[in-house]
Amino acid sequence: MAHTEIDIDKVAKLARLDLSDEEKQTYAAQLGQVLEHMEKLNALNLDDVEPTAHSFPLSNVLDEDEPQPGFTPEEALRNAPAARENQVVVPKVVE
Amino acid sequence: MAEIYEQTAAALSDMLSKGEVSSKEIMAAYLSRIDNVDGKVRAFNSFDRDDALLQADAADKRRMDGLAVGPLDGIPVALKDVIAVKDQPLTASSNMLKDFVSPYDAHVTELLKRQGAVLFGRLNLDEFAMGSSTENSGFARTCNPWDLERIPGGSSGGSAAAVAAGEAPFTLGSDTGGSIRQPASLCGCVGMKPTYGLVSRYGLIAFASSLDQIGPFAKTVEDAALLLQGIVGHDRRDSTSINTPVPDYRAALKTDKKWRLGVPKEYFGEGLDPEVRAAIDAAIKSYESMGHEIVEVSLPTTELAVPVYYILAPAEASSNLSRYDGIRYGHRSQKAKDAIDVYYKSRAEGFGAEVKRRIILGAYVLSSGYYDAYYLKAQKARTIIRNDFNAAFEKCDALLTPTSPTAAFKAGEKTDDPLSMYLSDIFTINVNLAGLPGVSVPCGFTSGGLPIGLQIIGKAFEEAEMLAIAHAYEQQHDWSKRMPAL
Repeated sequence: MAHTEIDIDKVAKLARLDLSDEEKQTYAAQLGQVLEHMEKLNALNLDDVEPTAHSFPLSNVLDEDEPQPGFTPEEALRNAPAARENQVVVPKVVE
Repeated sequence: MAEIYEQTAAALSDMLSKGEVSSKEIMAAYLSRIDNVDGKVRAFNSFDRDDALLQADAADKRRMDGLAVGPLDGIPVALKDVIAVKDQPLTASSNMLKDFVSPYDAHVTELLKRQGAVLFGRLNLDEFAMGSSTENSGFARTCNPWDLERIPGGSSGGSAAAVAAGEAPFTLGSDTGGSIRQPASLCGCVGMKPTYGLVSRYGLIAFASSLDQIGPFAKTVEDAALLLQGIVGHDRRDSTSINTPVPDYRAALKTDKKWRLGVPKEYFGEGLDPEVRAAIDAAIKSYESMGHEIVEVSLPTTELAVPVYYILAPAEASSNLSRYDGIRYGHRSQKAKDAIDVYYKSRAEGFGAEVKRRIILGAYVLSSGYYDAYYLKAQKARTIIRNDFNAAFEKCDALLTPTSPTAAFKAGEKTDDPLSMYLSDIFTINVNLAGLPGVSVPCGFTSGGLPIGLQIIGKAFEEAEMLAIAHAYEQQHDWSKRMPAL
């Protein structure tokens, strides 16, 4: 965990986020500082500790496979940035 | 008689049942109060005046017909703008969702509608609930009603400020690392985070799913109990919703029980403002003088709160926010060259600075090569934090701590220093990591007239006892009765 230098270009690509050069500089510096604070965790011996994903133990919640009322096409498309013939319009993917 | 906006929700409910006031008069009084003060406070992103009055009319008609459905019937409730109400805007105070209209109701919204509550207004927050000051809103900065130059806390700053300023009798917020309790403390109202799983998260815009929980803001503990009662209940649409018997929270407030209250010594160290400390010490003495036993306890993992939280919460956030791709809903960039570019540019244009910062941090700690070093380690540390609380609760019924290390700070003071901002939630974060309930109650003012909050942390699903402890303190003091001059 000695890496407090972030490869900001790589992370921005993973996050599908266009960042300006200025943003890259700011975030890399600020997050380096935040990650340094995380070094506190290195002082702990966590070898035999089970990780906790949730505060309470959870098991799968299963439901009967029964049809339920859903959105109408109009409702489902209400917030779409572009729609036509009951479908979301997206920029051309294949030439 | 006191103005309607000065009344507690319980008093208004009582007045409604006696026919001393109508729901429409109550709603109109709040709308007029909003007209008078929200230009200064800016708690609301939007509200639908006509719809609110129509709902109030319907409540009055139910009551006339003898069909009123309970203590919330006809009482206005305003919601943080991350809780879905069908056909109303739902923005998360983000330009990403600026024009989004919810196609459905959140579970809590359904429950409150069924109980006749008048749901109105969308309250401002830090964008996607990320922040401690409501300065990260994509739309406006909410001001602290006690000093307009100061922040109301965050992320539910609008929900806290609205109650403090008398713009709503009570409101709902969401709490991921202290986002209900910290602004309640800074605005001088009661704010409570339920045990994880007690309130369904269905219809709450997700930030960090293993930590988020919806909870009430109110003038008094009794009002908080009243609103909590209205939103609990099992929901099969949220797989983390717990099916547990629900007690009568309001009835449980009145008790002669003597408690053993733990004071964790780690919460009284460096960084705690002396005036805040004095107020908390006085509150502890107040419990002692009521005959409750005070015991010192230790939570040695307290200082891990911030590092663990700022690994787990951004990790979950980066995953949750990946759904904002500009395709099906939300902002879509007009500048994109191709389909993939739609993702990059839409997200860059739609999200604000703090959200981007956390997405980057989250993507980093989850990325190949760093997962074990950060994310897995943080999950293990979370186990230790939970064990710490379990050990403390063997010695006491609840814990007393400060809610926030300082009173409200000035706007702009911490905006360029994320770490310092993150540290302002140091006393609330561990409660979310352990999934416990917590409530902040007003316990004094600084010499500059800013509210101070006492945090009471309860055992899991022991909200009734925790609220009774808070209520016992509140009965001895008049902090809750004070209102800011606006």
